[in-house]
Amino acid sequence: MIKVINLEKNFNGKCVLHDITVSFESGKTNLVIGRSGSGKTVLVKSIAGLHEPDKGEVWFDDVLFNKLDFNSKKEIRKEMGMLFQGSALFDSLTVEQNVRFPLDMFTDKGLEEKTERVNFCLNRVDIKNANHLYPSELSGGMKKRVAIARAIALNPKYLFCDEPNSGLDPITAIMIDDLIRELTEEYSMTTIINTHDMNSVIEIGENIVFISEGYKCWEGNKHEVLHSDCELLNEFIFANSMARHLLAPGKQ
Amino acid sequence: MFRFLSQTGKYFILLKKVFSKPEKPSVYLKQTLFELYNLGFNSVGIVTIISFFMGAVIVLQTAYNTENPIYPTYLIGLTCRDMMLLEFSSTVTGLILAGKVGSSIASEIGTMRVTEQIDALEMMGVNSASYLILPKIVATLLFNPILTLLSIIVGILGGWLAGTTAGVITSEDFIYGIQYAFIPYYLTYALIKTLIFAFIITSISASQGYNVDGGSLEVGRASTKAVVFSSVLILLFNVILTQTLLS
Ligand SMILES: Nc1ncnc2c1ncn2[C@@H]1O[C@H](COP(=O)(O)OP(=O)(O)O)[C@@H](O)[C@H]1O
Ligand SMILES: [Mg+2]
Repeated sequence: MIKVINLEKNFNGKCVLHDITVSFESGKTNLVIGRSGSGKTVLVKSIAGLHEPDKGEVWFDDVLFNKLDFNSKKEIRKEMGMLFQGSALFDSLTVEQNVRFPLDMFTDKGLEEKTERVNFCLNRVDIKNANHLYPSELSGGMKKRVAIARAIALNPKYLFCDEPNSGLDPITAIMIDDLIRELTEEYSMTTIINTHDMNSVIEIGENIVFISEGYKCWEGNKHEVLHSDCELLNEFIFANSMARHLLAPGKQ
Repeated sequence: MFRFLSQTGKYFILLKKVFSKPEKPSVYLKQTLFELYNLGFNSVGIVTIISFFMGAVIVLQTAYNTENPIYPTYLIGLTCRDMMLLEFSSTVTGLILAGKVGSSIASEIGTMRVTEQIDALEMMGVNSASYLILPKIVATLLFNPILTLLSIIVGILGGWLAGTTAGVITSEDFIYGIQYAFIPYYLTYALIKTLIFAFIITSISASQGYNVDGGSLEVGRASTKAVVFSSVLILLFNVILTQTLLS
């Protein structure tokens, strides 16, 4: 469970997140949705401590994370995994070395044991016979899956995904979404997913937070999302005509 | 002025982060070995070529500008040795490495910044500054003195070859010249300069890359700035060090 209380973030005097209060439950896929530039990435990075919040509290279960010192933060970081928008695989390392990296850095296991774990994770995300390829040799969908394998290598309790299916075709995108949801349930992780993809909202939106220009505007689940009276949210959801036709035939 | 102060501030904050305790020495050792090869060994070629031709041209220039019977030819050898030792193999090699090594460090780290690879490291709880930069600093501090020694030797060889081939000096005179009035302290001086220049090149370029904000355009800009800033600092410190070490 991750709780955010009155979070505020400024960049050079410009307020990007205003007074956000929200909680994310474990074992569920929590979605943060909003238009590009609305502050989704900044929100997730502020929660994970990659940005220092200017005000407010970030709780990881019963630890007040953003007030910890560097070393205590590091301990909690080991329980977090993150999937970045561009995958952020290390260019100079192979697929296998990428997934092994957190194990090399934070465990004292032998090579054999580590390789076993690497192969387990790669198998889990359905990557086979690619151990010795470099990230530049992978397709977008494969990169995402390798990045997921790296994120779960240390069995994290918290998983952050920044636009996990941006730039992917619809079928691959749904596969990635499903994979994240399965892993979330399997390991009972607290997962936060940033997205502006309506398919994800409908497929895996167990808990949805809508933000617009740095304000939290709406919160609910995938069943409620089609029937809200939040105007900004409706504008976002029914932006394309297909959504208008299929999801809410009355709202033309 | 404000920009300058904020850049300097960022540089020292980064240095502090770089020199905090490494989380896993074995991983750092492996990285350092890699950087010794990547940043050090890979520069052997360019340093050899440039030193060879610089040594050659020093000898020819000295010879043609001192075509005076009073001026004993062995002094050509001595000039070649001292030019290599005092200025060329530390300062000029430093400037060339600022171009080669500096731009590659800045663009490598800058690319990692804009593609969120640095965020990924931080996210795992790795001290990204230390992990990425410390091995490079250690590697260049270890290897650049070797490059400087190599440059001195190759430069003198180049001078000897050019001088004897062009017939401006005999082999015996040249060899006598390079041994004449040799001051061992000059070598120490060259090595001290090399160490300081190596630190300037690596840390300045790394900091330019690490603090990139934006996209690939900014990475390009950072790599240019890395070369310009480290070159200017090398020239500045060359003056300061010459004054303090030789006066
Ligand atoms: N490092 C930064 N410095 C300054 N402004 C930033 C920075 N990162 C994000 N912003 C600004 O914050 C706002 C939200 O950005 P972001 O969270 O990336 O949006 P998105 O919802 O598309 O992920 C944007 O207006 C962006 O310009
Ligand atoms: Mg974003």
